[in-house]
Amino acid sequence: MAFRSKKSTETQSKERTLADKRGRGASATVVGIKGAIRAYLLIHLQAVIFSLGQIRRSPASSLMTIAVIGIALALPSGLHLVLKNIQDVSAGWDSASQVSLFLKKDLSDSAVKKLANRLREMREIEEVVEINPQRALQEFRQISDFGDALNTLQENPFPTVLIVEPASSHSAPAAVEALLLRLKIMSGVELAQLDMEWLQRWYALMEIIKRAVLVLAVLLSLAVLLIIGNTIRLAIQSRREEIEVQKLIGATDAFIRRPFIYSGIWHGLIGAFIAFVLINTAVWMLDDSVKQLSQLYGSDFSLHSMSLAISVLLLLMGILLGYLGARLSVGHHLRDIEPR
Amino acid sequence: MIQFNNVGKRYPGGREGLSGIELHIKAGEMVFLTGHSGAGKSTLLKLTTLIERSSYGQVIVNGKNLTSMKRRQIPYLRRDVGVIFQNHKLLYDRTVFDNVALPLVIAGHNHLEIQRRVRAALDKVGLLEMERRYPVMLSGGEQQRVGIARAVVNKPPLLLADEPTGNLDPQLSEEIMQLFEQFSQFGVTVLIASHDLDLISRLGYRILTLDHGRLVGDVPQASN
Repeated sequence: MAFRSKKSTETQSKERTLADKRGRGASATVVGIKGAIRAYLLIHLQAVIFSLGQIRRSPASSLMTIAVIGIALALPSGLHLVLKNIQDVSAGWDSASQVSLFLKKDLSDSAVKKLANRLREMREIEEVVEINPQRALQEFRQISDFGDALNTLQENPFPTVLIVEPASSHSAPAAVEALLLRLKIMSGVELAQLDMEWLQRWYALMEIIKRAVLVLAVLLSLAVLLIIGNTIRLAIQSRREEIEVQKLIGATDAFIRRPFIYSGIWHGLIGAFIAFVLINTAVWMLDDSVKQLSQLYGSDFSLHSMSLAISVLLLLMGILLGYLGARLSVGHHLRDIEPR
Repeated sequence: MIQFNNVGKRYPGGREGLSGIELHIKAGEMVFLTGHSGAGKSTLLKLTTLIERSSYGQVIVNGKNLTSMKRRQIPYLRRDVGVIFQNHKLLYDRTVFDNVALPLVIAGHNHLEIQRRVRAALDKVGLLEMERRYPVMLSGGEQQRVGIARAVVNKPPLLLADEPTGNLDPQLSEEIMQLFEQFSQFGVTVLIASHDLDLISRLGYRILTLDHGRLVGDVPQASN
């Protein structure tokens, strides 16, 4: 609206009133809310394209920086993926965490049956298998060389054993642990033992590795932040004169800042994309040999590549780090540059 | 348009750039500012665009009190003041068109408006056919005219020029001055710092003379 009225007066009274019309200055550029939003989007689009052009104009150095960012981001995300795969492999092991209940020797057969039935009714328990002393003795005879020695024994040394398999909803280490404690104090139970205590150690180890990956991710993110910050600092310094001129002809801090911020975002985003490509290439290269290995173990396991959510998270992380790195650098260095 | 009330500028170390300046330039006036090197011409122009701030006194430009102006308001002041530099201060990695367009891009004008206004400004300084060239491909006089086009493209009410003819031969200088006269006739206030006394006394406009930071002469416009 302001434009139209300005134009028409311009044609009417030519340039004689030009000076006082311009006296309104910046306010004359606002053309309603819609126009303001359009102008806002336009200047951002300009900065987005301009900053991408800057990267394109010096492809060698830009690519080197971006590759470093890519590798730094690929390391923690790649390790995360490895961890995820290991967890998937070991998820099948959960069902192996059985509890062996050694019952008191003086328990009658009917008492054993009653106990077994009680256990079967617990919702934490999937299955209970009873191994009676005779069967245990037989098995032992078969697999050991102590057969003759056993013959000299007057009575069967084996107690009745109940093999308790937790329900799949209660197979997490903590749940199994809780179950174990409950079983231990039941009457008639001499001893309750978790067969796969090493699984707990495995989970503990995985937890440590998970934390280590997290620490690595934080450290490398910090490195990316600094790399981008430094890149933007150099860009600011090399365009010092341009910034001075822009300030002289009325550019706001936001206007000068914008292309640098978007440049940081581009670095982060492209770096994250490179990390994405690196990881997926690695998965693709390893997948065949992993398949072969798992076939040898009779499993049909194959490597999972990055999930969509993690991929998006990686790209967002790149954008965020780029923005923050540039923001830190820009806030620090643009203020120093003033026209003289 | 420009008003200095007892304005002084002291630099760190005690050197006085300007002292006790009383000055009033009306809207639409064309004024020359002269004096020896280091007399304070550049300082006076810098105070007018807040490149530097006065140590004491009050500076009012285009109705705005610069003494109390906050840092983030400065860009909007500068959009109303076109400045022309002796060394042009062009961006050498951009075309003539892009250089002249810069103030409009900064002010957030749309594409068509920018094209129309840049062409008009380049036409005014006679460089319309040079818009695709880079500043290094132009002569000193042409580069100065690009600088002038950039200063006026936003149609500011006030135009400042610091030694605009400093590096030019007499004939080119004359042409540049004629450009300024045209802008002045359109109602733009023009303040030109120059030590080319021959030229400016011939033109017959108001002349301010600085000496060691003091305003020692104010010759009004010759009536003709």
